[in-house]
Amino acid sequence: MNRTLRTLCLVILAALAPAAAMAATALTGAGATFPNPIYSKWFDMYRDKTGIEINYQSIGSGAGIQQIKAGTVDFGASDAALSDARLKEMPRRIIHFPTVGGAVALAYNLPSLRQPLQLTPQLITGIYMGKITTWNDKRIAAVNPGAALPAAPILPVHRSDGSGTTNIFTTYCSAVDGSWKEMVGANTSVSWPAGIGGKGNEGVSGLVRQTQGAIGYIELAYAKQNKLPVASVRNRSGKFIEPSLASTTAAAEGAAPQLAKDVRYPIVNSPAPDAYPICGLTFLLVYQDQKDAAKARALADFIQWAIHDGQSVATSLEYAPLPEPVVKVNEASLRRLTISGKPLLANR
Amino acid sequence: MKAARITADGVYRGALGGAATLVFFVVALIVFETTRGAALSLQKFGLGFLGGTVWDPVAEKFGALPYIYGTLVSSTLALLLAVPLGIGTAVYLAEIAQRRVGAVVSFVIELLAAIPSIVYGIWGFFVLAPWLRHTIEPWLIANFGFLPLFRGYPFGIGMLNAGIVLAIMVVPTIVSISREVLLATPRSLREAALALGATPAEAIGVALGAARPGILGSVILALGRALGETMAVTMVIGNTNRISASILDPGATMASIIANEFTEATSPTYISALIEIALVLFAITIVVNALARLLVLWATGGRRASALA
Repeated sequence: MNRTLRTLCLVILAALAPAAAMAATALTGAGATFPNPIYSKWFDMYRDKTGIEINYQSIGSGAGIQQIKAGTVDFGASDAALSDARLKEMPRRIIHFPTVGGAVALAYNLPSLRQPLQLTPQLITGIYMGKITTWNDKRIAAVNPGAALPAAPILPVHRSDGSGTTNIFTTYCSAVDGSWKEMVGANTSVSWPAGIGGKGNEGVSGLVRQTQGAIGYIELAYAKQNKLPVASVRNRSGKFIEPSLASTTAAAEGAAPQLAKDVRYPIVNSPAPDAYPICGLTFLLVYQDQKDAAKARALADFIQWAIHDGQSVATSLEYAPLPEPVVKVNEASLRRLTISGKPLLANR
Repeated sequence: MKAARITADGVYRGALGGAATLVFFVVALIVFETTRGAALSLQKFGLGFLGGTVWDPVAEKFGALPYIYGTLVSSTLALLLAVPLGIGTAVYLAEIAQRRVGAVVSFVIELLAAIPSIVYGIWGFFVLAPWLRHTIEPWLIANFGFLPLFRGYPFGIGMLNAGIVLAIMVVPTIVSISREVLLATPRSLREAALALGATPAEAIGVALGAARPGILGSVILALGRALGETMAVTMVIGNTNRISASILDPGATMASIIANEFTEATSPTYISALIEIALVLFAITIVVNALARLLVLWATGGRRASALA
């Protein structure tokens, strides 16, 4: 009874609070689907804390970029940082705020294999270019000593839909292999030289689970949910690293000096010794010069909260929290925000 | 009194005419908007777009041929499977089964049409694909592998899977319309045939002949659905932009490439190329429909060309 009453009070409070406290300020955003679970959680937590309502439409990075360009939303969200050319097309200067990181795992289906599969960058690009076609290839055996590799064909599976996951994976392949960069390149979708495409993380993980000999790249959270084995990948310092949230944060930390110069720098193939090499950051896109003072303050305040307190919920939702140096980069970016030309956070 | 009726008639006619004009206007608007959206791509690639086989968003080179091919092949495959099955079912329900049985079975078949396409896609992906991969496709390869049509690797997903899923999706359309048309043909036709000494099978043949325009109409509606079906096909076709003679290989359709890539397409040329795909799909649908109408006209000798209108 007591509990029911308390719940009722909370419900009423929750209903009244936003209306009472901050009826005027509501923010809207649109973009990437990958960070949607944590963004929804953040917006809920933030509303409970401040009463500021943030509406987010997870309609895909491309559409998010279109909307911020058109000025129909207060912020955009994208898994891929905007290229220089794309930045130039924007009506005003855009600032990127990385919010969390994510790893892209290579899941495989090899029931005969007892030990975890180990892969080198050359093997990954070789498999996805269709140059390495059987599992008992000498080059795979060389880095997996003693492994029971079957004489089965390799079926590389990729995402068929445009996605930030594909962008991270192809950015990695381009970083480690010059011929990949030349022939395929990096983008949210590319012209695949080999393999078949599954729609979404669920499509790729479904194909991998169904097909013996398949290998596919998926968000780490999906591999964990589906209990698929994932490959350890040799990083730049020569260590085989399993994909995990900690090794993703380590990758971002390793790229911190470059991120301080340009926050869009891809964190793939990080030089840090414990870094998993195939990972990326997801970004909020915000105009440097804001027009509406109340909204601008609310947005800056939210970002400030998200990159500090908000990080504590990241791991529970399978996102890699930002390392301290990247938080510092974000803080510097926040100080660059202006309102009609005047610094927004000067009086803090 | 008379004046009032004229006004009422006028309003009635005006309302109906308005509705018809609105539909026409919407179609015109679709053509206009897609053409405008595709302008950049039309300008850049010209007619080469239709024959191009490269789809490379990184280099911004786009060609639609693999998708046109995939759309036509998967739809043809679907019709090859669905037409005999659908018409056979319709004949059974209308001519052979007892009325009550027929009503129950056709109700169940029409339920198939109400299933959302994503459910068909999931079924094709998680149920049909493993079965094709382990049972049907290895058998096809072993026994008919000498034909280019059945060469390759048993992926489970691909053109064949897409064709089967599409066939199941369009069967209800064919069955329900064909059954209605058969039921609408005069009983006296069959009686006359039987009286002239025809066997029951031949009498059904006579009824089928009379119902031909309507049955063809149902096939055209089914084809329309197969050409444009998006979600289910995207899940089971394998999504590669390669043209292969084998129906076991993965492919892609025009609808699937739009569904796959539109949300994350960022550059103007890329978006424009995707919109041009929509324009091509629209044009192909018109051409196919026109051809189908000509076919009906030819099949009926112009007698009942209005059956479809």
